[in-house]
Amino acid sequence: MIPSLEEKRPLSPHLQIYRIQITSLLSILHRVTGIVLYGGSFLWALWFIALAIGPESYEKMQAFLLHPVGLIILLGWSFSFFYHLCNGMRHMMWDWGMGYEMVTVRRTGWLVVISSFFLTGAAWILGILMGKVWS
Amino acid sequence: MRYETNFHKAQGLGSAKSGLHHWMAQRISAIALIPLSLWFVGAFILLLTAPFDQAQQWLTSPWVGTAVILLTLAMFYHGYLGMQVILEDYVPHTSTRWSLILLLKFLSAVMALLTILSVLKIFLR
Repeated sequence: MIPSLEEKRPLSPHLQIYRIQITSLLSILHRVTGIVLYGGSFLWALWFIALAIGPESYEKMQAFLLHPVGLIILLGWSFSFFYHLCNGMRHMMWDWGMGYEMVTVRRTGWLVVISSFFLTGAAWILGILMGKVWS
Repeated sequence: MRYETNFHKAQGLGSAKSGLHHWMAQRISAIALIPLSLWFVGAFILLLTAPFDQAQQWLTSPWVGTAVILLTLAMFYHGYLGMQVILEDYVPHTSTRWSLILLLKFLSAVMALLTILSVLKIFLR
């Protein structure tokens, strides 16, 4: 097919041209974690559907989530969640018109990275401790 | 024919699209998601290992049901808006792009409705 004039135009965010920096890496990661979260929302819907159907489907879902594969998915999902949450608040700060100096941009970037690892770790420690509540 | 420069013709017309609404909707749903999602992650830490009866019991509270439904709406709306921008940025072919966006809209609506129906089924049990 012959591309139309519109299709020959360059696409906006160029990923291969620029050297990766903390700023661009975190920006890309915001999108990547967003995609992961959207994918995870299907699992989230499935959990509620399984709970509504009955104990058998609920226990199957639970067994899947507590299986190593399920736990790896949950780990990736939880890190994506905390990263997207922290970096989303960084975006809101920019929308408010603050934090545009390059030093600040890099500093808040690292703060987001550290916070997301910390929050993910804290959530999992809490999860491991709370896992014994029902038994 | 009117004697106008191209610049003058375009003035005050904006981009002729709905960018501002999209931008605002993304921000407002994001703000709603901060407390709702943090609350759910906290609850899910307990729910992950909970027996069936306790998990259903949790959803019989009208507050929990309302919060889950609000979260469902905000989450799938925000997710749809974000994925739409990604498709607009990276799918150059117009009809493919529009088909994918339509499919995304459909999937988001179906997932949100299935979740809400499940919550209602448990609540009205």
